[in-house]
Amino acid sequence: MIRGIQNIGARGIETVWRIGAMGRFFLLVLAHSGMSFRRIGLTIREIYFSGVMSLVIIMVSGLFVGMVLGLQGYETLQKYGAEETMGVLVALSLVRELGPVVTGLLFASRAGSAITAEIGLMKATEQLKAMDMMAIDPVARVVAPRFWAGVVSLPLLAMMFSAMGIFGGYIVAVLYVGTDPGVFWSNMQAAVDFRYDVWNGIIKSIAFGFAVSVIATFEGFDAAPTAEGVSRATTRTVVTSALTILAIDLVLTAFMLRDV
Amino acid sequence: MAVTTGATLLFANSCTLCHAPEKNLVNPIDPTPAPDAPNFVDIDNVNFSYGKRPILKGITLKVPKGKVVAIMGGSGCGKTTLLQLIGGQLKAGSGRVMVDGQDVGKLDREALYAMRRKMGMLFQFGALFTDMTVFDNIAFQLREHANLPEDMIRDLVLMKLNAVGLRGTANLFPSELSGGMARRVALARAVALDPALIMYDEPFAGLDPISLAVVGKTIRRLNDALGATSIVVTHDIIESLQIVDYLYFVSDGRIIGQGTPDEIRASTEPFIKQFVHAEMDGPVPFHYPAGNYADDLGILRTLKSPVQPGVSP
Repeated sequence: MIRGIQNIGARGIETVWRIGAMGRFFLLVLAHSGMSFRRIGLTIREIYFSGVMSLVIIMVSGLFVGMVLGLQGYETLQKYGAEETMGVLVALSLVRELGPVVTGLLFASRAGSAITAEIGLMKATEQLKAMDMMAIDPVARVVAPRFWAGVVSLPLLAMMFSAMGIFGGYIVAVLYVGTDPGVFWSNMQAAVDFRYDVWNGIIKSIAFGFAVSVIATFEGFDAAPTAEGVSRATTRTVVTSALTILAIDLVLTAFMLRDV
Repeated sequence: MAVTTGATLLFANSCTLCHAPEKNLVNPIDPTPAPDAPNFVDIDNVNFSYGKRPILKGITLKVPKGKVVAIMGGSGCGKTTLLQLIGGQLKAGSGRVMVDGQDVGKLDREALYAMRRKMGMLFQFGALFTDMTVFDNIAFQLREHANLPEDMIRDLVLMKLNAVGLRGTANLFPSELSGGMARRVALARAVALDPALIMYDEPFAGLDPISLAVVGKTIRRLNDALGATSIVVTHDIIESLQIVDYLYFVSDGRIIGQGTPDEIRASTEPFIKQFVHAEMDGPVPFHYPAGNYADDLGILRTLKSPVQPGVSP
């Protein structure tokens, strides 16, 4: 019983400690970000690995999610004779919520875990130490470009996700169900507000980009320099990122909704 | 940054390095560090602990400028920790680590990085950047620190690679190299900027006899050609005695012996004798402390109560 309470306390202390360490790491990365912008090629290279290489999974997932939304939406809306508003349903669901959140989760699984594993393995094989001995700061040279690549990539990927999702919804609503395409697009255009809906979605995806990037780079940099340590760090990246994305989404949504 | 020194000329004609007539590799002029010679590295009464576990206990050693000094000892005795203290990757709990007249423990980050630009380090497992080719690994420091045109970097890299006999691997990735080749590439990378102090962490581990001899000779010749100072942390006593000027023996975090190669060969000090002659019995026990062997195997218990046929023990 006592031991159980001790374990809970120890886990609590460790969690608080890790949050603090991650906060300090985030400030360290910001302070060492100069090279990422002066030598933009380093960051662009990482955008390619994190962003461009994630395009396929993001676009295919977006298409499927949009099609499922279309099918589910039709099932419900046609009961009320409101199937013409399917475009609105699909677009609002995607740009406000599903686009940023699902892209964040997919990005954490695909690119975040890869960033953690790469940095963790560089640590385990003393590559970071070697770089430091060469008087080259590994935070500036290795971590910061990957961090900023994540921050830039995630919002762009979220937009791609939403665009593909809307296209998926169009396929179901117009080509499969037979809704008039003009009605589909015009209802969507009338209901979706750029500043309120699209821009809030972009803000969310930027916040998720910061969160996933700092978690992925921190976990890699903090990983125990063993195979098991890197494996645990990779798992922690995916789990912590997922929980953080959902928590941030709740907070941001609460702030963004005008009528609640 | 001066990257074209006498060493570059040496690299330019790698045959000098690889096929020169054999001679006594120990510095023929003065193999013994003179007591009043200027020291490039001066470690004075240094203590260091990992948490509560003491690693170094009052270590004092000097590495004179221009010499090759070996630090030897069993696994886990604190040799690599010493290198990390010299490189400023760790800070001493007490005592002083002086490198080229600067107290490493008191340097801020910028000063430490400025000092590290004068250092080269060969890591135990090479630590090559796995996402870069061999060529880019060696060009890495040149591109980061020296503002040189790319064609000059290309020439310098090829010279360094030629010096370790691996010019033909320039376009390979580290994963395509054998362990010995990777070590030689790492050696070329360690001296890419012609450093004043070169530190080698277990440079001979896992090498075949040919690679081992080549790496040993290269360490000595690089040191002399660059006018550098070298510290070699190693277990390999036979190779070390051929190439170094002075040896320190570390055991249980303390310096327990030192001398020139000739003094070490002639030493009757039990630890050094055990180390040099690879004897199993001596001050360094082969076995980690453990309980009674027979008890662990359950032999005594079995003898006292022999197993009956058909009855499981």
